[in-house]
Parts: sequence; C-alpha cells; structure tokens
Amino acid sequence: MLDTATALKRTPFYPRHMAAGAKMVPFAGHEMPIQYEGILTEHRTVRAGVGVFDVSHMGEIRLRGPGAIAYANRLVTNEVGASLPEGKVVYTPMCLEHGGIVDDLLVYAFGAERYLVVNASNFDKDLAWIRRHAPADVEVIDEHAATAQLAVQGPHSEQVIAALYGDRARALAFYEAYVADDGGSPTIVSRTGYTGEDGFELYMPVARALDAWDRVFAAGASLGIRPIGLGARDTLRLEMGYCLYGNDIDETTNPLEAGIAWTVRLDKSEFIGRDALVKAKEAGLGRRLLGLILEGERIARPGFEVEVQGRRVGTVTSGTMGISIGRPVAMAYLESDAARVGTRVDVVARGQRIPALVAARPMYTNGSVRSPKPRRPQ
Amino acid sequence: MNVPKDLRYTKEHEWIRPKGGEVEVGITEYAQGELGDVIFVDLPPTGTKVAAMRPFGSIDAVKTVSDLFAPVAGEIVAVNTTLKENPALVNQSPYKDGWMVRIKVENPAEVNGLLSADDYEKLLGAHA
Repeated sequence: MLDTATALKRTPFYPRHMAAGAKMVPFAGHEMPIQYEGILTEHRTVRAGVGVFDVSHMGEIRLRGPGAIAYANRLVTNEVGASLPEGKVVYTPMCLEHGGIVDDLLVYAFGAERYLVVNASNFDKDLAWIRRHAPADVEVIDEHAATAQLAVQGPHSEQVIAALYGDRARALAFYEAYVADDGGSPTIVSRTGYTGEDGFELYMPVARALDAWDRVFAAGASLGIRPIGLGARDTLRLEMGYCLYGNDIDETTNPLEAGIAWTVRLDKSEFIGRDALVKAKEAGLGRRLLGLILEGERIARPGFEVEVQGRRVGTVTSGTMGISIGRPVAMAYLESDAARVGTRVDVVARGQRIPALVAARPMYTNGSVRSPKPRRPQ
Repeated sequence: MNVPKDLRYTKEHEWIRPKGGEVEVGITEYAQGELGDVIFVDLPPTGTKVAAMRPFGSIDAVKTVSDLFAPVAGEIVAVNTTLKENPALVNQSPYKDGWMVRIKVENPAEVNGLLSADDYEKLLGAHA
C-alpha cells in the first residue's frame, strides 16, 4: 500500500485539492481528486454553472520538424493535415494496423507543429508508439511533466475565461484554441471539454499552475465556481455518450463499431489502420456501442450482460447514474442484428433483469455545448 | 471519524444498535464516505429471514455497488422505506435517519460477539 502511494504522481494543484477537502484516489498513476462535496452536487454545478477540473494527468506530446504535420496525419484516423486552420482542435482515435484503438486524443494545429493530448493511462504506451513510427525529420517532445491542465466547464465558463483572457478567448468556437502569452507563461486556451457543456481547457507551465488556479477561482467567485472531481467527470461524460478509453474503447475495438465513425476519414491520405478499417466497413459491423437508459434505480456496471428476450446480445462497458436525466445510463456493445435505438433489452445485474431502452448517444441532449449561440462578436 | 460508543460494529463497516430483542442496522460514517453519493438502497421486505454474515441487500453509489451483510441471524421486522425516496440520508445521517433495517435477533449472544466501538476504531486506524 505504502509503495503504491509513494509511487503516485501528484499534480501541481495538490495543495489546492487538500485545502478544498478533496477525497484523493489513485488514477492512472496519479493521485487525483475523485470528489470534493459529492458527485451529485458537482455534476449539477457543471450542468448549471461552472466547475473546474484538474486534468493534469492527461499527457501532452508535441510533434515538431519538417515532417510533423504529415506524420500526425499518418498516426491518426481523423484529418489533422495541412488543411487545418491555425488553432483548430480535432478529436481522433489513433489505431493499430488491425484497426484496434491505441488511444483517443486531441490534436491541436499550431503552425507547423501538431500538439497531441492523450489519456493518462496510455501515456507511456502512446509515447513509445509515436516515437517508434516517427520519421527522422520529426521530433517527438514529451511535455507531460512540464504541463499542468485545468478544465473550466459549464454554461458560465465563458464569463470566467473571458474575464481572464478577454475577447480573443470569448471569440473561440468550440474546438478552437490559441496560445495566450499570459505574462510570459504561454498558456493554451482551448474551447474543448468532456462534459457536454460549453467549456475551456487551459494548458500552462507547471510553475504557473497554482497562480492560474487562484485566478480562475477568483474570476468565477461571483458565479459560484467550484472544484469538480473525477467522479463527476465520469457521470458528465457518460450522459453524453463520450467514450472512456479502457472501458468503452481499447485495442480490441475499432472506431467504427464504437460509434465514432465520423472521426475516421477513409478518404484522406494513408494512415495506420486504414486498410483494416476499410475491410471492417465493407464486411459490415457485427456490433455497435450504443446508449442504454435503464428503468428503476440500479446502476449497470461494466461486464453486465445485455439480453433481448433471454438471449445475450452484448455487454455493458460503462454505467452510472444519469444525474441530469434522472435515470441510470450505460453504454454497451450490442449485436447489430439484435438491437438498435429503441430496442427494449434487459441488463442482467447481479441475478436480476433490469429493463432498459437502447438510446442514441448522447443520452443527455440539453447541454450548453449544443445550444446555438453567437460565438463571434460583430 | 464519528464512531458512536453505544453501537456495535462489523468488519464490513455496518453499525448495530441493540433495542431489546431487536437490532437496528446501518452503515458507518466511514462506509458512506468510501461509497460516495448513495443513489439506491436495495432492501428485502419485512418478514425475510437473514443469516449472519450473509448478504441481504445492496447499496448502489454512483461509483460502486456494495453488499449489505446481516450482522446477526434473525428476521427483518422493519425496513427504512424513506430511503427509497431519499437514499442520500445514508450519506447525510448514517447513524440515525439513514438506518436500513431492524432485525429480530435469533440468538442474543451473537450481538455480544460483534465489534465494540473501540475495536472498530482500531480497525479504521489500520485502514488509514
């Protein structure tokens, strides 16, 4: 126990978590806050107001050099090539040759460079994979340890970020970013998130982290800004049907069956996994990752089986309370022939059968990220 | 950590309040903190016979599900039905409003075999 605890990394925000009374847990090699006041309250804070997540466990990798853009585009399935406008952010899987998913990540287009943000649990694997395939004219730079990251999420997040970064930040469209000077400490201001609400992610040098935390909380004080733990991060993302690597996607699943086919650009230039994904598409998908909305109060847990009229048709990969939906929600890989949106199924939970309805993702559709709003003044 | 002196405890982090030939059962402050927000407590109907240290119900929290173990053998004579509407009582008031069941005890000697508050505090110390 002690050995594990000492081996865990602490983020630069650790003193603030302690001061806020966080409950800390080991997560992907880091000691992270799972909750402060409670998952229910924190979830509602993000849906209705604004909350702040420490997401410094996420890993940052910069590709630099003459071949950086072309190489990034060969690594991932979505389009991240030279056609991207400056500051564009792209969500994409990175696949193995056989089409399984190495990781899902964000790719930032910054000049001749590509900046990759990967899952904490996959960081070492991803870095090795990216270095192994890198051509000689691409430098692969590990910026994980030098970078702290905060996610400011919720319908009021724009007010907080605009108070700190002004009109340039306010004018960002969803999935756009720029590098703010921030008093000589370059900070990436990115309008992105994992909650289904309007939101921003800030990437800053570690030395700047505590100051940034304090400034964000000061700017949001009148809006009731609160720190939010990983527990609510999971309930928020799951209501939106966003995949969590290790639960819903991994090396044995491909992006087409995971319901993120829009991130696979078979029409772009050659990329790792393309041939396998073309074949998978031609053969037809045997299973799909779909949403479930359950009756009653019981939560479906990963590994629970899903049945249609007593026949097993799939397995739950993620489940939780859909706090803003008012019903338990889950995601499951379901046989394409047996279940589609609207099909009535049973989730087998510890010997009991819970009726559930197959639902489209996202299961929660009232998030501020989807509401149309003018992004650009003038 | 609040560990009331007048209660008995189990290693499964349940508390037991003896009341005549019956015991009231709930989960401890430590247990509710570990579980996080409780959203559903699955309890059997009154009249159900329970065996000592066998699961008789379960608690669903947002992050995890946990079995409830009967601390002693007997028959369930009352169930806290308010938990159906308001499972958060388990978090807010674990030793009072968050009680779960009352069991009519088969063998009163079993109650004396449960952990004292001091024993339970020692157990929690080992967790810390």
